[in-house]
Amino acid sequence: MPKKSYRQALNEALHHEMGRDPRVVVIGEDITGGAGASGEQDAWGGAFGVTKGLLGAFGRERVLDTPITESAFVGAAAGAAMTGLRPVAEIMFVDFLGVCFDQIFNQAAKFRYMFGGKAITPLVIRTTYGAGTRSASQHSQALYPIFTHIPGLKVVIPSNPYDAKGLLIQAIRDDDPVIFLENKVLYDMTGEVPDGAYTVPFGAANIVRDGEDALIIALGRMVGFAEKAAAELAREGIECTVLDPRTTSPLDEETILEMVEENKGRVVIVDESSPRCGMAADIAAIIAEKAFAHLKAPIVKVTPPHTPVPYAPDLERAYLPDPDKIAAAVRQVVSYKD
Amino acid sequence: MQGLQLPRERLLEAYRLMRTIRVFEDRVSAEMDTGDIPGNTHLYAGQEASAVGVCLHLTDTDRIASTHRGHGHCIAKGCDVDGMMAEIFGKATGICRGKGGSMHIADLGRGMLGANGIVGGSPPIACGAALTAKVNRTRDVAVAFTGDGGVNQGTTAESLNLARVWMLPVIFAVEDNGFGEATASSFATAGDICRRAEGYGMPARKVDGVDFFAVHDAMGEAVERAREGGGPTLLHIVTPRYYGHFSGDADTYRSAEEKAAMRRDQDCLARFRTRVTQASLLTPDDLDAVDRSVSAAIDGAVLAARAADRPALETLLTDVYVRYA
Ligand SMILES: Cc1ncc(C[n+]2csc(CCOP(=O)(O)OP(=O)(O)O)c2C)c(N)n1
Repeated sequence: MPKKSYRQALNEALHHEMGRDPRVVVIGEDITGGAGASGEQDAWGGAFGVTKGLLGAFGRERVLDTPITESAFVGAAAGAAMTGLRPVAEIMFVDFLGVCFDQIFNQAAKFRYMFGGKAITPLVIRTTYGAGTRSASQHSQALYPIFTHIPGLKVVIPSNPYDAKGLLIQAIRDDDPVIFLENKVLYDMTGEVPDGAYTVPFGAANIVRDGEDALIIALGRMVGFAEKAAAELAREGIECTVLDPRTTSPLDEETILEMVEENKGRVVIVDESSPRCGMAADIAAIIAEKAFAHLKAPIVKVTPPHTPVPYAPDLERAYLPDPDKIAAAVRQVVSYKD
Repeated sequence: MQGLQLPRERLLEAYRLMRTIRVFEDRVSAEMDTGDIPGNTHLYAGQEASAVGVCLHLTDTDRIASTHRGHGHCIAKGCDVDGMMAEIFGKATGICRGKGGSMHIADLGRGMLGANGIVGGSPPIACGAALTAKVNRTRDVAVAFTGDGGVNQGTTAESLNLARVWMLPVIFAVEDNGFGEATASSFATAGDICRRAEGYGMPARKVDGVDFFAVHDAMGEAVERAREGGGPTLLHIVTPRYYGHFSGDADTYRSAEEKAAMRRDQDCLARFRTRVTQASLLTPDDLDAVDRSVSAAIDGAVLAARAADRPALETLLTDVYVRYA
């Protein structure tokens, strides 16, 4: 299978779906770059280069650069979704969703329910999240728990290029609003990605590594960290299962609970979002509620502290979970004597 | 031009601030290239006359709210250049202790309410500062800096209306450098920015942002109106943007000729020099002396920033709250 970057995998998904379905339009700031300027057109292809080339293939009618007006264009994308288009809107950083949150959580998320099941809102909002680029407090957050909290939204967090492509195609074909979160540190990650179109279903966790001594549940960029930790622990004779839920809404509770049991009830959850009301907290609560009998040690969460994301590199490193912190947490649950 | 009647010391100060911004930004760009600056920066070079023309009218108790392209506003408002440079290097001696970086430089004691990572973040904050001044009857004013891109945010439209409804002493300084990132304002901005403000019933003026004196005069009027209780004003300040949008921007959407012509024909420092020397207000020697002292100051700032300690790890956990109980 050809090796491709996470960025290229996403780009292929957009190409496929725009080619397949004329109702798919792509909307966002600088998604071409150079609009109205004298020089190169499609100069950026989005701030992270994910939409590059769509302009040449599909033209400005379907590849829509916007003014800097997130409320208006995200709301317009929701309105267009309800009336027959299938928009993919790009919000450069998840942090900027603060600007247009009403259009997402009061509008798009609720059309179907409020209207008694009459509406469909096939809207995808692609955005980036995550720390590690020295971008400080307003460009580094991992806000997916906020979206997971809202009934009516689906939330997708691909951890590798293969999933990125398959999950994005799935998201575009889905009839509900989907928040699709790309970790900006992963854009250059490469992996095997088929050339053709394929989907990865929502609500189906991926068993990334199989073990039996402890379960590490991790999301997005944290999956790679968990794999590193698991490899390190294997050298010490501790075999971990690494489980990637891939979507937080819907969440594959069944596989999570099964894996808790298969891994002797010793669980570590790694999450880049804040510790309070975050995904780790949510998944830990589900396990405590539904797999209490199988637990052999307190669940350990590996998350950042309850602080904004700092700028200085040392502080930012200290902020983020990493393979060492994950391995330490696993040693803690494995050595716990009940 | 009233600005031309400024006393000699004020003219020298204006020039010193503009030159400081230019040298600071050129130096940050060079330091970015070494890879030793951790984050990204959005450079203000080319726009100096706007920040300085506006801020020269302000005191430390007047407030400004800035943008992601904030270094120039900070310098013009009197932020410590050593502290700014250290902040950009992510050091403990930084003006925000290395926690904010380029996009969050703030100095409340100087009335600088922060650069801002969110486009459209500043206008409501400036309205709030103006409200404080109004409620406390201080005669202070507030300035919201925003770009031609930020002017399209809902927050800006809402703030224009609110400022007029509450008759706030606020000035909206819309810096139009022709681009929001890689997208031209001609593509993204409908209608006319001044007429938007006029639609809300506030005076507005379009100003040549390469001309310090034009900005200074227009701001003088706006500040006086605000201090006298006459409410808000919008200034549409047209400037060049010398660098790409951010430090990693290849800036291919502008032609090389266009960029060269911009630097040649739209240099506010050169324009200032010509004006004040032709009018015999300052001599070339006066200006050269400023250039030398500014260069030395920025060299010093970089050396100090490089030598400074990194923030202690405990500071990751401090200042999330005033008190968490
Ligand atoms: C709410 C929000 N949307 C998008 C961005 C990304 N962004 C950063 S700067 C910028 C362009 C701003 O243009 P303008 O207001 O004209 O200021 P300039 O960069 O030209 O100084 C954009 C889109 C952001 N920081 N915040």
